[in-house]
Amino acid sequence: MQVTMTVNGAEATGEIEARLLLVHFLRDHLSLTGTHWGCDTSNCGACAVWLDGEPVKSCTVLAAMAAGHEVRTVEGLERFGELDAVQRGFMECHGLQCGFCTPGMLMTARALLDRNPSPSEQEIREAISGQTCRCTGYATIVRSVQWAAAEEAGTRTSIVDDGAP
Amino acid sequence: MQLPAPFDYERATSVDHAIQLLDRLGSGARIVAGGHSLLPMMKLRLVNVEYLIDINDLHRELGYVRVEPARIRIGAMTRHRELLDSPELRRSLPIFHDAERAIADPLVRNRGTIGGALCQADPSEDLSAVCTTLDASCVIRGPGGERVVTMAEFYRGPYETAVGAAEILTEIRIPLRPNGSSAFEKVGRRAGDWPIVSCGVAVWLDGAVITDARVGLAAVGPNTTGIPTVSRALRGRPPSEELFAEAGAIAAACCTPVDDQRGSAGYKRHLAAELTRRALRRAVARLDGRES
Ligand code: FES
Ligand code: FES
Repeated sequence: MQVTMTVNGAEATGEIEARLLLVHFLRDHLSLTGTHWGCDTSNCGACAVWLDGEPVKSCTVLAAMAAGHEVRTVEGLERFGELDAVQRGFMECHGLQCGFCTPGMLMTARALLDRNPSPSEQEIREAISGQTCRCTGYATIVRSVQWAAAEEAGTRTSIVDDGAP
Repeated sequence: MQLPAPFDYERATSVDHAIQLLDRLGSGARIVAGGHSLLPMMKLRLVNVEYLIDINDLHRELGYVRVEPARIRIGAMTRHRELLDSPELRRSLPIFHDAERAIADPLVRNRGTIGGALCQADPSEDLSAVCTTLDASCVIRGPGGERVVTMAEFYRGPYETAVGAAEILTEIRIPLRPNGSSAFEKVGRRAGDWPIVSCGVAVWLDGAVITDARVGLAAVGPNTTGIPTVSRALRGRPPSEELFAEAGAIAAACCTPVDDQRGSAGYKRHLAAELTRRALRRAVARLDGRES
């Protein structure tokens, strides 16, 4: 079957089998390999992308179900050559080690900040509770999101976070 | 790569269209809503379908929480996240907010729907316990029109419901009675997991006396179970810690848990008692305004 959807603002079309999962459509058909594919069982969240503005697990959505809808992936975070604040936060605060969980974490973090610009630590932890970091960098991930929130609020005081583990 | 076995994909544009498709495509057709129960089962080949009918476009028609004076109507396509975020629901039936906080995780809640959860009919499913507790009824539509069934009629056994071949669950109706509150308690192995046991409670007071109470348990029997014996024991008595403990003991005695990887039957019985007690305590505290 033929599917067409909007991916990071541009129209994307493909000839696919109905059973193809969105994560594979993005990675294998569109070569958008920023979205990672981990557990395949909707547990790890490495495959998180936005579907119509909400983060979802793309290993548990058929590409066919996304047809006609809007998808945003980690590749769509950067704007005009500039990284998004959450991406910069992860760089500044050691929010990644191996980087496998990072694209999913970034997409969830961006969605959280869009809805709640100054989340508490608890709210950040809840927002990423469907995602696993096997390097267990949760403390630094939380700090990275806080960095981004402060950056966007214009209240960030120091450039480099000193609290790295 | 885990992919489901091949199938044909159809997209329904209205409830009537979905029913027509089901009718035309026959027994190999299956509806998918959020897909977070069905797609994993299809990947594991536990379920095989010839035709998958995507009803996500029906969110426009079936995604709602409508409060009426004597009942709340919830559209079958209402997503977990919408139930969690609904202020009306939190005010009238706080049990939903309690339960939704502990169902899966935020990303899954963005997709999963109440209709899908109920139709999956997993005996461990939390929203089923909520609906059983609240004495909900289910509206089922088919080629011949609409019918309304109670939760007890809706569940036929594990993974089996009253929804027939060319039928679709469209709405869940929950009666509202004055001077009542509710609560939900759950113990799982980790955040977002299925419950080892979960328990819903709804209670109504007249002054200092319980006029009615309902308890629903998940994961301790072939379906989520309402426990009428507990209701009888609570009616006409003033709420107290002793009474809650008595109700817990009845709940533990009335359920039928089995040993599995989530826990032993004995531990589950213990949880059934303890969670019944906690949920009663919380629901009554809400009625007194001691808790929100
Ligand atoms: S790959 Fe989708 S949740 Fe793990
Ligand atoms: S950085 Fe390695 S899994 Fe999170």
